[in-house]
Amino acid sequence: MYRFNDFDEAFLRDRVSRFRAQVERRIDGSLTEDEFKPLRLMNGLYLQLHAYMLRVAIPYGTLNSAQMRQLAHIAERWDKGYGHFTTRQNIQFNWPRLRDVPDMLDALADVGMHAIQTSGNTIRNVTADHFAGAAADEIADPRPVAELLRQWSTDHPQFQFLPRKFKIAVSGSRHDRAVTRAHDIGLEIVEKDGEIGYRVIVGGGLGRTPMIGKVLRDFLPQDDLLPYTEAVVSVWNLLGRRDNKYKSRIKITVHEHGIAEIARLVEEEFQQIRPGFAGLDRDFLSHIEHFFAAPALSEKSTAPNDAAYETDPVFRAWADTNLAAHRHPDHAIVTVSLKKHGGTPGDATAGQMRVLADLAERYGHDELRISHEQNVILPHVHKADLPAVHAALKAADLATANVGLVSDIIACPGMDYCSLATARSIPIAQQIATRFENLKVEHDVGLLKIKISGCINACGHHHVGHIGILGLDRAGVENYQVTLGGDHTETATIGERAGPGFSADEIIPAIERLVLGYLDLRESRDETFLQAYRRLGPAPFKALLYPEAKADAA
Amino acid sequence: MPRPFTPKVVTANRLLEGDAVWRTRDGDWSPDMAQAELIEDARTAELRLLEAAAEAHLVVGAYLADAARGETRPEPVHFREAFRTRGPSNYAHGKQTDMQEKT
Ligand code: HEM
Ligand code: SF4
Repeated sequence: MYRFNDFDEAFLRDRVSRFRAQVERRIDGSLTEDEFKPLRLMNGLYLQLHAYMLRVAIPYGTLNSAQMRQLAHIAERWDKGYGHFTTRQNIQFNWPRLRDVPDMLDALADVGMHAIQTSGNTIRNVTADHFAGAAADEIADPRPVAELLRQWSTDHPQFQFLPRKFKIAVSGSRHDRAVTRAHDIGLEIVEKDGEIGYRVIVGGGLGRTPMIGKVLRDFLPQDDLLPYTEAVVSVWNLLGRRDNKYKSRIKITVHEHGIAEIARLVEEEFQQIRPGFAGLDRDFLSHIEHFFAAPALSEKSTAPNDAAYETDPVFRAWADTNLAAHRHPDHAIVTVSLKKHGGTPGDATAGQMRVLADLAERYGHDELRISHEQNVILPHVHKADLPAVHAALKAADLATANVGLVSDIIACPGMDYCSLATARSIPIAQQIATRFENLKVEHDVGLLKIKISGCINACGHHHVGHIGILGLDRAGVENYQVTLGGDHTETATIGERAGPGFSADEIIPAIERLVLGYLDLRESRDETFLQAYRRLGPAPFKALLYPEAKADAA
Repeated sequence: MPRPFTPKVVTANRLLEGDAVWRTRDGDWSPDMAQAELIEDARTAELRLLEAAAEAHLVVGAYLADAARGETRPEPVHFREAFRTRGPSNYAHGKQTDMQEKT
């Protein structure tokens, strides 16, 4: 299996031993905090509200069972027995002690993992669809291209001092699960007349100034990928503002100059530099592709699945929500929900991690993925094995059948952990999930994405939630602002602010009115919340959120 | 007219454990905000913060937080500071349990 690693073993060991020495020098007083802080951040160690936090990278969200077991071991030995999977497809440990961190990093290096944070104003790690290599709607696996771009951009001499950080995401499917339109560059693998190429999208991003990326090139031939990407980065490198860090991202450059002008400049630059590229290095790409080769899928009867589906309603409910279509019809992609009602979105105990590792090893070609929606995925499971997988998940309290439903909420750590937060997000997620579980309506409500951030940095992607919730501090009280109509997929949209914020007590009833009210507004069971919002516009939804305003106006 | 001074406490995170601590009247660091020195004027506040900054071998990121004079002890004013005295709300982790274990 490919080691999706930026760094080799010797490099990792060397980094750990240097960090161990730095920790010692901080403790004995030879390093000040000002000197130590950048060093610990580079090694993934943050100081939060109640403790340190160690953030561990999971490139392309891809893990094998040995790595998952090691995460379980680390959680038990040095943390409080659990880990938090995040929207950035990494895992965070919330309670490490400073002295233990070098040992934790050594334990990670044992399985080829690390907590090194690519930092600075460079091209950051490239992300890809968590169903990569498995999805039925996939045109090509996006990970080889993502890896090619990563290797090309790492240490690229021209790109070490960019105006700001730069993030690229690649999707290989018709359905965008990589949020490509919220990245500096989003690439969609597309097919035209039997030829593979890329749709190039630029200028997306969330945070303080959310923007949806715009299409720069509808079809870019495969061989032009590197020179064209380089042209985009070069144009931004020249035009991008360095005077104001809130205006330096390419989304602002595109906004200020217009997509047509940017396209013209990129095209000019591209024509100039293209001859210098001997075409996309096909040998190199196929070398990378080799590492991402599909597992040898087994052939057997799917009868056990069909029988369980007929006779076991609990299995059927789970299969209906948590499975996605695999490119091989006898297989399925299993999404394991880390959103048990009332639990913390994205948290898994050490015991649960071990169960997931065992299942991957036994039934899933040793592959696990972490999705940006904070769930765990077994990408290649034969349908015959689904009843056994479901039974094992059930025993580990991991069989919640809610993927894509109201309670499958993305929430950032918010003020329960994060020192930048302006309000809490986890309790809001817990209460919404519990409330809808009690109402027993979430299967009736159907597809609905609720996303919660605890401050304007938008780590919880609230702008692209069908319902987004942003926690703020209003005069020393937690206050929750609602946005409506956001979308993170190929039809990406930034949600619109619905109106004044709600107190912590009011927000749950407000969301309940909104969701139950939608049931009366929809044309049929098939019309999702987002579709109904698009058809009707915000007015009837705002009326649900603010019934008193409607009464006043009447 | 000078604006009335909002009382303050000096608080930080401990270097080794990372947990929240407050500076006491004796110049120690306590994980219990009840032990904190309540500072009632700006000059003392400035001085105490300087003293805290000299203790970088013990704590990280010392700052002045608004506090109120409670019945018997300083109390947090802002909800963020209140959370720091307890720990997260999703698990019984942090001070809400650590402190009980000690008493
Ligand atoms: C608790 C420690 C954390 C801190 C201090 C932190 C801080 C930040 C900051 C300052 C930004 C804005 C960066 C910029 O636009 O220049 C940001 C963005 C982001 N964070 Fe976090 N974050 C934390 C945790 C998380 C977690 C747990 C997640 C995932 C659940 C996450 C996901 C993201 C994402 C996806 C963005 C990018 C939003 C965009 O497209 O602009 N962060 N974070
Ligand atoms: S959105 Fe804000 S509160 Fe939430 S994790 Fe990001 S920085 Fe922290």
